[in-house]
Amino acid sequence: MRMENKDYIIELNNISKSFGDKVILNDVSIKVKKGEFVTILGPSGCGKTTLLRLLAGFGEADSGEIRINGNDYTHVPPHLRPVNTVFQRYALFPHLDVYENIAFGLKLQKVPGNEIDKIVRKVLKMVSMNDYEDRDVESLSGGQQQRVAIARAIANQPKVLLLDEPLAALDLKMRKDMQIELKEMHKKLGITFIYVTHDQEEALTLSDTIIVMNEGKIQQIGTPTDIYNEPQNSFVADFIGESNILNGTMVKDKLVEFVGHEFECIDEGFGENAPVDVVVRPEDIYIVRNLESAQFTAKVKSCTFKGVHYEMFVDTDKGYELMIQDYNAFAPEQEVGLIIRPADIQVMHKERTCNTFEGEMVDETHVKFMDETFECLPQADAKAGEKVTVQVDFSKVDLIDHIEDGTLEGDVHFIIYKGDHYHLTILTDEGYHIWVDTTDIWDKGDLVGINIAPADIKIVKNNE
Amino acid sequence: MSRFSKRSTWALPYVIFLVLFVALPLIIIILYAFQDSSGNFSLGNFAKFVTDADAIGTFALSLEVAIENTLICILLGYPAAWILANKKLNRSAVTVVLFILPMWINALMRTLATAELFHMLGIQLGKGTLIVGMVYDYLPFMIYPIYNILSKMDKSYVEAASDLGATPWQVFWKVQVPLSMPGIISGVMMVFMPTVSTFAISEFLTNNKIKLFGTIIQENINSSMWNYGAALSLVMLIIIGITSLLQDNKKEVNGVV
Repeated sequence: MRMENKDYIIELNNISKSFGDKVILNDVSIKVKKGEFVTILGPSGCGKTTLLRLLAGFGEADSGEIRINGNDYTHVPPHLRPVNTVFQRYALFPHLDVYENIAFGLKLQKVPGNEIDKIVRKVLKMVSMNDYEDRDVESLSGGQQQRVAIARAIANQPKVLLLDEPLAALDLKMRKDMQIELKEMHKKLGITFIYVTHDQEEALTLSDTIIVMNEGKIQQIGTPTDIYNEPQNSFVADFIGESNILNGTMVKDKLVEFVGHEFECIDEGFGENAPVDVVVRPEDIYIVRNLESAQFTAKVKSCTFKGVHYEMFVDTDKGYELMIQDYNAFAPEQEVGLIIRPADIQVMHKERTCNTFEGEMVDETHVKFMDETFECLPQADAKAGEKVTVQVDFSKVDLIDHIEDGTLEGDVHFIIYKGDHYHLTILTDEGYHIWVDTTDIWDKGDLVGINIAPADIKIVKNNE
Repeated sequence: MSRFSKRSTWALPYVIFLVLFVALPLIIIILYAFQDSSGNFSLGNFAKFVTDADAIGTFALSLEVAIENTLICILLGYPAAWILANKKLNRSAVTVVLFILPMWINALMRTLATAELFHMLGIQLGKGTLIVGMVYDYLPFMIYPIYNILSKMDKSYVEAASDLGATPWQVFWKVQVPLSMPGIISGVMMVFMPTVSTFAISEFLTNNKIKLFGTIIQENINSSMWNYGAALSLVMLIIIGITSLLQDNKKEVNGVV
């Protein structure tokens, strides 16, 4: 028995969706309270737009359930759903003028003409576009078209307004203005907004709740403050704001080791000597002249004025690079002391500690995984076709420029700097993920060849 | 060398072509139309047309046949184009080619074959067979431009309409049809204009029982009535000119490019 909660205007339960072989949404569940401003945030291709489209009724999920206002809408076509969408590229009807665009939905509902007049005028005023009724939509600027698109969507008085990156095509100044207006509009209308964006600043500014997505999965749901201060994994930490993300070890409860030093922290329950990711925001590292009173020391590498604060990169005594933001400038080459307070250290479980693949023995010295055959060290009594688990350390994957020389080809999908090395996510052409630690500098989107030395392929028989 | 690098130099062959094969014949038609058989200026050819009940009748019939043909082509062609452009209903480009394929074959040959087919089936040639043959001949010219515009139409318009509460039927009438007007207009131009002036098709498909305006022009010119033939040609040119002007205006009114 599942309790139906009337407080939730939208409930998405275990939504999955694939296009061909590609999994776009992987078991996504979301609950949205009435009147909330919810932002779905994530990089392009994370599935956020697909999720919004499923909510609007464009396409059906492979599995899962969509409830709006407590009723099942999973298989209801878009024109019968109590939601309206503001499309990314506006989708204003070019054969109708501003008035007719906004009145489109009202006319379909057979709202009387004088009523339509009233509503159109009201919503145009709301988006500060009074007196634009008779204008041809194609004669409007991008910002004005955006306003008309919003007016058209709210004219229908939907229970939920869906916004698909509505500000992406506007310039920075106009985007900022529209953000404020959207926020006010949300307050005035009192309806639920579901807003999709890849812009973390926009999400932090606008939302009551942020849903961070990546690779078709929800990474974290929380208030902007929660998401910023307590990211649940390194992806969220990296995606929201600036951060120092470092490999660490949880020595014991309330004691974590990273950048070669031990720090007191407030986290517990990770176990002893557990590998973890540690996030420290650049504004949370205190930088002092007095080396004696500091927890560790560093040498300033660069210092840039950023308007409100200075942004400095320092090399620590144990060879890690950290980003620090402070109101005071410290000259390059200066020796400084650094302090991090226990509450400012965010400790997170590592999602994985090495690459793990399902594989199959080809013969005694060859194993097949990721659709490719690799040479490995001779495996005693290995039978061809035997299923095995293959493990490869992050640091043992070789990336090379010449993609022809690699056993596999792929492209750099995601990069996190970890203070003394980069942690890359590589997406192979066959659609597999490999995680790589390297000190070489790669850019997102670079094509790479991938090699793994036979000695670095660890094979674990599945039955052991 | 500089003489050759000027852009206008490159246009010269086309200018010569246009003068020789477009402007000059047109001038000759106009000159002939306003002359009597002995070469004096005269409006007699036009007076003859206006007073000739036979000619006026044929003229009206030609317009009627052309309008009927165009309407039937829209009624048959639009749904066909819509189905072809709908990726859910039609997954392969081959179907599109199959519809367009008749355009690859010479219209006269197709018409002869159609006439032979009617003959074989024992169907009496007449206005009915004429319309069927014309629709068969010109349908691809209606389907293709509409298909072209429907398949390129941004699907977000359809989504926006259904998002605003339009049923699939309302989406079709209130968004897809108005937005595909340019395709319908070019389809109408490509079907209406040639059917107004056609003569071979009516000859083959009605066994010369039904005469169209084109037939009369051809007969006059064949029997060396150059001046009257030229005048009739000019009348037809003006009609076609007027229809294309109307269509141009319509485009602007609709505000779609």
